[in-house]
Amino acid sequence: MLELGLFYLAATISLVSTILAVTRYNAAHALIYLIISLLASAIIFFLVGAPFAAVLEVVIYAGAIMVLFVFVIMMLNLSVRGADLERRWLQPGMWVFPSILCLALFAEITYMLLQGENLLKGEVIGPKQVGIELFGPYVLAVEIASMLLLAGLVGAYHLGRRYLTDVRETES
Amino acid sequence: MTEAVTIPMEHGLLLAGILFLIGLLGVLVRRNIILILMSLEIMLNACGLAFIVVGAHWGIADGQVMFMLILAIAAAEVSVGLGLLLQVYRRIGTLDIDAASRMRG
Repeated sequence: MLELGLFYLAATISLVSTILAVTRYNAAHALIYLIISLLASAIIFFLVGAPFAAVLEVVIYAGAIMVLFVFVIMMLNLSVRGADLERRWLQPGMWVFPSILCLALFAEITYMLLQGENLLKGEVIGPKQVGIELFGPYVLAVEIASMLLLAGLVGAYHLGRRYLTDVRETES
Repeated sequence: MTEAVTIPMEHGLLLAGILFLIGLLGVLVRRNIILILMSLEIMLNACGLAFIVVGAHWGIADGQVMFMLILAIAAAEVSVGLGLLLQVYRRIGTLDIDAASRMRG
């Protein structure tokens, strides 16, 4: 039953933080809530017996992809009055609620670690089975994904060039 | 084996559906390009959640394989999307997507 309780708590945190992420006016605050939502999703993955997917969710989604968003928000430099804005962002109301959600997730994972192996009663599908599936029947999908990532890399490099506008203006 | 309490698949799928709807609503309602990209990420994550829950319910690894493919798609999509965002911001000077309504070369 405790497993169910943990699942519903993580689901509630995920829903609340996702709703808050969509309704924020400030992009950086939305990003914080989105990261909390992804961490809650990772805990749900772990609870249903997919630890490898949980690790990938934290490392790639909440880590790498969200860092891309952070870099873009930083590069856009939306705050003209930077220090003033920073002071307003650090008001207690802005970081208390994300901290509470993070602490709830941390309490969940502490509980799971203290419980040890007893918690996962269901069937656990580890990285070995996933790897066998991935490079056995799904090897064509892996190749297609690699080509997609290469296309994304080339596209991002082309679109991110600073002088793209100048080139186009001189051509026309 | 009798006391094994597993998470009901329907509730996981319901959670995935609600998350997907929130993301869809965000794409439709928000006009900030960063927020629209974040809502797309929410939708992709909801799809991955549905795959994981169903794969765990049937005890097969295919759900996690599909989740990894979704991860690759999300990474490619967000990199191209953020590159487009930078170009839009350099050309128009705002992140309002309604301002980028002129489809001329």
